Amino acid sequence: MSKKEAFQQELDTKHDKYERLVKLSRDITIESKRTIFLLHRVTSVPDVEEVLAESEDKLDGVKLKIKLIALELIGEDLYQYHRAFTPGIQEYVEAVSFQHFIKERSLISLEQINKDLIFIEDKKNEEPEGLSSDSQDEKDKPVCFQVTPTDYLLGVADLTGELMRLCISSVGNGDIDTPFELSQFLRQVYDGFSYIGNTGPYEVSKKLYTLKQSLGKVEDACYALKVRGSEIPKHMLADVFSTRAALVESDEGIS
Amino acid sequence: MSVNEMFSGIQGFLSADQDVREDIRKVVQGLEQTAREILTVLQSVHQASGFKDNEPLMRVFVLSLSLSLSLSRFHEHWRFVLQRLAFLAAFVVYLESETLVTREEVTQILGIEVNREKGFHLDIEDYLSGVLTMASELSRLAVNSVTAGDYSRPLRISNFINELDSGFRLLNLKNDPLRKRYDGLKYDVKKIEEVVYDLSIRGLAREPGSGGEE
Repeated sequence: MSKKEAFQQELDTKHDKYERLVKLSRDITIESKRTIFLLHRVTSVPDVEEVLAESEDKLDGVKLKIKLIALELIGEDLYQYHRAFTPGIQEYVEAVSFQHFIKERSLISLEQINKDLIFIEDKKNEEPEGLSSDSQDEKDKPVCFQVTPTDYLLGVADLTGELMRLCISSVGNGDIDTPFELSQFLRQVYDGFSYIGNTGPYEVSKKLYTLKQSLGKVEDACYALKVRGSEIPKHMLADVFSTRAALVESDEGIS
Repeated sequence: MSVNEMFSGIQGFLSADQDVREDIRKVVQGLEQTAREILTVLQSVHQASGFKDNEPLMRVFVLSLSLSLSLSRFHEHWRFVLQRLAFLAAFVVYLESETLVTREEVTQILGIEVNREKGFHLDIEDYLSGVLTMASELSRLAVNSVTAGDYSRPLRISNFINELDSGFRLLNLKNDPLRKRYDGLKYDVKKIEEVVYDLSIRGLAREPGSGGEE
């Protein structure tokens, strides 16, 4: 009888923990998505810094959630619960790398992401429910969360979709340089992914196909810009005039 | 007892098969890695900075398999990588000389045989598949070379792909994977035709007979 109860308790504890992680993951996904939407506004607002600062605040909120995950996982096997929180983490990677790209125009590294997820404790925080007892001696260590390379890859793959959208919307705003910059960057990412090819997990190869499509769209946009540069609507001529002049010159040189 | 013996005989046969499969898998894995490395080098052709022809692109590949086996039984295992390698060989040859690679050239580059009797060979389907993959890659290249400001390359690609298309029309294809790949070719043709159209209507193309210049 008592044995049966012990089993029951153990199972319930595990299920509860799993459910809590799923919930956290969902919160992280939602917040990250909102951050991404916010960041998409950089093409249309004059003050980029303001948007970046706001996204920073939002991401700090997400980091706190990830810290809760890290606390849940103290003394546990990461992969045992991996499936519960992987969607959220991927979305977080996507948001963080998107923000990083807008700031630095480069790809954030896995090390950088992991470094941002080390939480130094300044005060002993309350122990969440259902934590296993052996976490007691680990409490003094800094809490940290390690993004797995697979989650990183999948997040970056999603990032390329966002960059494609950024590219298209910046075309709409008459920004001529960004699409070319983006196509170059996306090509590099695509080359990287095709280097991994099908050695990675199944999801990675699946996303490779989407990535190829995104890259195709960006390349088509660049092509249209180059070829139809002379057909840009009048009201945009002012801000693209310098680019267009260069374009016409080079056209004349060839024909 | 005799039933038991029979089954243990078959078991021996099957596990020998299993071993061969394992060996093939290892070789194929290595080949896939090499193919990816070559592709990564070749991808730089799409960048505006262009393609620097300084790499010894094709190394010699030999599938070191025991040829005593009837090999086509295991064809499934290397079909993908062989098609990929045929594509790479075709792409490299096109970039170097703008001609279509022959089946013999591919086998030479890869260090394998054309005829099945002589040893490890390149199937005609695999060769054609590789060529079709190259066609898609070229349609992408046509778009990108316009972006990079090279307006003559798309015209050359257009001629090449059109020839390729009419060549494929001569084949009687069954409803098989190759046929599906071939069906994709018309989209590549369409895309390149659009590029050529865009260029000629704006007088960017210098093609004899496309008299639409301003």
